[in-house]
Amino acid sequence: MDKPLLSVRNLTIDIPVGGGTLHAVRGIDFDLNRGETLCIVGESGSGKSLTSLALMGLLGKNIRRSADRMDFDGTDLITAGPRKMRALRGGRISMIFQEPMTSLNPAYTIGDQLTEALLLHRKVGREAARARAVELLEKVGITAAESRLSQYPHQLSGGLRQRVMIAMALMCEPELIIADEPTTALDVTIQAQILRLLYDLGREMNMAMILITHDLGVVARVADKVAVMYAGELVETGSAQEVFGAPAHPYTRGLLRCIPLPGKTERGSELGTIPGIVPSLIGDVEGCAFRTRCPHALPECRAEIPRRGAGEHLFRCVHPDGAVSAEDVPA
Amino acid sequence: MSQQKQNAVLELRNVTKTYRVKQGLFGKARPLTAVNDVSLSLPRGEVLGLVGESGCGKSTLAKILLGLEMPSSGQVLVDGQEIGAQDRLSLARRIQPIFQDPYSSLNPRKSIFDIVSLPLRVHGVGQQADWDREVRKILDIVGLPARVMNTYPSQMSGGQRQRVAIARALIMKPEIVICDEPTSALDVSVQSQILNLLGDLRREFGLTYLFISHDLAVVEHLATRVAVMYLGRIVEEADVAGLFDAARHPYTQALLKSVLTPEPGLGVPDTQLGMAYPNPIDPPSGCHFHPRCPMMTEHCRKVAPRSLPTPQGRVECHLFDPESPMTKAEVA
Repeated sequence: MDKPLLSVRNLTIDIPVGGGTLHAVRGIDFDLNRGETLCIVGESGSGKSLTSLALMGLLGKNIRRSADRMDFDGTDLITAGPRKMRALRGGRISMIFQEPMTSLNPAYTIGDQLTEALLLHRKVGREAARARAVELLEKVGITAAESRLSQYPHQLSGGLRQRVMIAMALMCEPELIIADEPTTALDVTIQAQILRLLYDLGREMNMAMILITHDLGVVARVADKVAVMYAGELVETGSAQEVFGAPAHPYTRGLLRCIPLPGKTERGSELGTIPGIVPSLIGDVEGCAFRTRCPHALPECRAEIPRRGAGEHLFRCVHPDGAVSAEDVPA
Repeated sequence: MSQQKQNAVLELRNVTKTYRVKQGLFGKARPLTAVNDVSLSLPRGEVLGLVGESGCGKSTLAKILLGLEMPSSGQVLVDGQEIGAQDRLSLARRIQPIFQDPYSSLNPRKSIFDIVSLPLRVHGVGQQADWDREVRKILDIVGLPARVMNTYPSQMSGGQRQRVAIARALIMKPEIVICDEPTSALDVSVQSQILNLLGDLRREFGLTYLFISHDLAVVEHLATRVAVMYLGRIVEEADVAGLFDAARHPYTQALLKSVLTPEPGLGVPDTQLGMAYPNPIDPPSGCHFHPRCPMMTEHCRKVAPRSLPTPQGRVECHLFDPESPMTKAEVA
């Protein structure tokens, strides 16, 4: 394995708000190799969606982004101008958004929207572009693909629209797909199908994928690498086996205890909770942002938090073992 | 147990709800059967989980139970009395809803006190001073500090809003609470708090829940009985152990298979459900589930299955009908 496809160091996003600056993303690092799936998991407001928008260069004008490195296959995304970004977006990097209901343009046909990126980025004719659109619609499991091209988004169900979004993202055979909660609005049965589809296509085309979700079940099933995000920081990163098998950070373990596990959690029993609320990220944030909700907080948690762990499995905690030994209930 | 059966606090008898839907601007109106011959009984103190995909009629059923929609045919009985024969106010005292989205189900221009005390004012219970006391009491029960009384929904987080919605539902001490996806808009750490709260309230006040959700892990955790709905019909009903440990209907099995537990290395399951949910205006012939069923036979295409009793409940599938001409060999 040579150089990673995407390498991010110290990505920081600040949003000026009335009372100061909101430090929405605070220095996150990750690498992604070709063909790999990275899942960023976290709760609302943790900064996961902003991270994806920052990679795509789609943040609002008032939002400040800085990083030591944001390198996509030799292209520096920090200094890339609008022209260069436009050439990447939809071509080599594409994005699948959460809401299939709102992210398709209701005034254009499915065919127009599917072929737009291809006509823009590749030297192909209309006919070839439509043929490719049909091919991909079939690939994502849409029947009567030919006739769908002339339909409008409102004529399709939510599951079908999400498939169209996926087909659209795949049109130019991107090297990286960023999917922000691609299955949250869907039924469990459709969710499983869409995830399988993304997974299979990713393998087939050797695409790298960043999947942003709050669903730990989804993460465990599709991720190669997992990054757990809390209050703008990656508190734990590692392979899916490592993070789920031996969760090191108290927040990761807390999250895992919150969900009922079929066959493991006793029916009707009290579920684990994480007391308290996410702290405000306006103004300076000192030390560990999770300390106000952490059962193992110490005075030292206010200071700089060391990064611990070995190999790819890293976490930020003052406790050398993330205080695993202090908990007797397995996560 | 049979004593409880007679004590069904809520009962549906052959409830059907048909809408007339126009297709296109000039299209002819066609019937859409959202709820098709549903019979259910909900014993006091139990939690009936209702699961199914979007469009299967779960929410229509909830609306009928709340008196927001009248069934086209069939009966809904609350405490043995037909719902249509009761006036809306007394019905509202007994049945209260908690909706999915706490961002749209609370009036943004009303204070939390106004929102939570509204049922008291509508029903003319007590005076200003009593309202204040009652609201404080119920906020304490759902785990909110009394100081939120003068704040507005926009100042609260999703979990707090859902607690307000629960407080509003419980202030009249209803017997039945219809929970329509109460946690699906919430983060997992908040979801577990709300689920724990719903469980505690049920034990404390002897509440009966109809718990509608598409999250099977959550239903398994909270429910005592489960009904699986497909295209307006209850295709399987059983107690929670019977359904999750010994699912019969192929659709139930597919739903259970599609639950993604946080266990790495298992991959994404293949539900074998194939194509999307059918259009309810044109339901498939015979057994409605046959186009997506991995066990489908010729018989399923032609004849609708009947409801068959099982040790834990009932199921609608030819596979379990001893009189069905479908043989085991044909299935294999």
